[in-house]
Amino acid sequence: MAKLHLEPRIQNPDPLYKALAYLHTDLSAEESLVVNAKLLFLLINHIGDEAVVYEAIDLVRKDMDSSRVE
Amino acid sequence: MPVMQRTYQYEEFPYRPSREEQSGEIGHYPVVIVGAGPVGLTAANDLVYHGIPVVLIDEDNKVSLGSRAICFDKRALEIFDRLGVVEPMEAKGVTWNVGRVFHQEEEVYQFNLLPEEGHAHPAFINLQQYYLEEYLIRPLRDQPLADLRWLNRLEALEIHEDFVRLTVSTPQGTYQMDAEWLIAADGAHSTVRKLMGLDYKGRQFESKFLITDVVMQNEDFPTERWFWFDPPFNPGYSALLHKQADNVWRIDMQLPRDADEAEAQDPERVEQRIRRMLGDDVPFELEWISLYRFHSRRMDRFWHGRVFFVGDAAHIVSPFGARGANSGFQDVDNLIWKLKLVMQGQASPELLETFNQERTYAADENLFHTETSTEFISPKTSGQKTLRKAILDLAREYAFARPFINSGRLSKATIYPSSPLSTPDEDTFACQLAPGWPPADAPVTVGGQSSFLTQQVGGQFQGLLFLQKPEDLSAEQLADLKALAQKDVPIHTLLVVAQPTPLREYEGMPVLVDVQGLAWKRYDATPGTYYLLRPDQYICARWRTLDRNKVEAAQRHAGRLIV
Repeated sequence: MAKLHLEPRIQNPDPLYKALAYLHTDLSAEESLVVNAKLLFLLINHIGDEAVVYEAIDLVRKDMDSSRVE
Repeated sequence: MPVMQRTYQYEEFPYRPSREEQSGEIGHYPVVIVGAGPVGLTAANDLVYHGIPVVLIDEDNKVSLGSRAICFDKRALEIFDRLGVVEPMEAKGVTWNVGRVFHQEEEVYQFNLLPEEGHAHPAFINLQQYYLEEYLIRPLRDQPLADLRWLNRLEALEIHEDFVRLTVSTPQGTYQMDAEWLIAADGAHSTVRKLMGLDYKGRQFESKFLITDVVMQNEDFPTERWFWFDPPFNPGYSALLHKQADNVWRIDMQLPRDADEAEAQDPERVEQRIRRMLGDDVPFELEWISLYRFHSRRMDRFWHGRVFFVGDAAHIVSPFGARGANSGFQDVDNLIWKLKLVMQGQASPELLETFNQERTYAADENLFHTETSTEFISPKTSGQKTLRKAILDLAREYAFARPFINSGRLSKATIYPSSPLSTPDEDTFACQLAPGWPPADAPVTVGGQSSFLTQQVGGQFQGLLFLQKPEDLSAEQLADLKALAQKDVPIHTLLVVAQPTPLREYEGMPVLVDVQGLAWKRYDATPGTYYLLRPDQYICARWRTLDRNKVEAAQRHAGRLIV
């Protein structure tokens, strides 16, 4: 397990975050969701390692569950 | 709610008083089948194929009318070929290999289910269930081993240790008969299952689907499977179009969960709906309308003492992927040879448990695929809809996204990677094929006549010995093969040769010429390679060289033989 990298790996996060945020500038809420989903599929195919993706899915599910309890 | 079936004339099969009703005595039979649907009829044909007498009872006296099973897969066609009933099916049915997927106004992609050449049968034929049943009934009608009893309804069951007593009602009254073995092929609402108090766990999907048959002369739609996500004529939902025989087209449309069932089936409304789909200038006539909410269920076990459950009686799935009837035929194909060996005292009853193991494994696979397809086709939350829209959009341009699109994972022969009947490889093979797989097909000639490998393999244990030419067979190999063919449960071997020869047989063994080299390739053969096939043609063992002791051990294992 623990194939999913959780330590910082992105050298220049600010421009990357900015590019992501800009992507959503003129989008409706629904369009934003579709754009995010497209990014998601592009990236999971790039990663190609299903175990890593399942690990990430587990992680966000647990994260959601705990935020609902609070 | 049938509109009117104009394209098919059905026959009412005669009720004839049975031996029991005439004599007043309780009859005794080796095998009784309940239910003359596609699966029960296939079981009857398979029992006859194996020389076993069979009584088949059904509460009705005609084939199943309306729009029900339509797609029959390659493996089903191979089974029907072995049973000698495939010709009229393929002559009447519509052959198809290609599926297209649309999203809103545009085509997203297409797929070919049988991209390689050299198979006796296509990926699918589409044929109305009533024709299929008719073609399965035909060879049984004058068959002395088969006793078809129409308008015979099962009323009660008494389960004994070594037989089952059935109480049956007919237009004339009731009678009783005993069956050593009972095959329940009586569908989703199985009377046998209910009388035995066995449960049928699973769930019902919320989405509603409108099933219609229309008659139209339309050359614009090719004989392909067309599936729409969110089409303009059914916004937010899905649709499926299939061509069947007699210019009858099957249209499945997903409806809103809260659709009023009576209103949705109103012929005028259905006509409007279909007109929106086909356009105003396409003449058509409605032939059938029904509305379904699909189920996903299976029994815990398919074998209970003297009773076997096959087809919908044992498992039921949503229709996306055509895994309903097709898996029922595979149940039968898996069961009958095992039952025969046990009935003849040649196999331990333990062999019957492997029917349960293999076919519950298959049912789980079918349940998984059909549930996953149904969830993809009818997403529930807005988040699920978003995911689906994203992947459909991407799929139009990018091949990586297409495997995610799930409009049904279409039925194929089950592969049993860890079948309890397989002997694991000790030699290395580089092909996809392995023990637990159905046979790969390939074109062959026998004595100069064209045929296919799967058509030459019969319904008993069978060996395939790969040689360059028949004359390469050594004296030692010949002695081994003769000994194998003379066993109580014989193994007959086919010689699959690479070089052309006019010989039909060599030393009593059929000679198959691998005319395109596809058999050698698909089986990754080298000279001397030997494959052992089960009576249902599945591969159970293979070696690079023939070793009689190993073949016998593998057969004992695959057949749980006690002789």
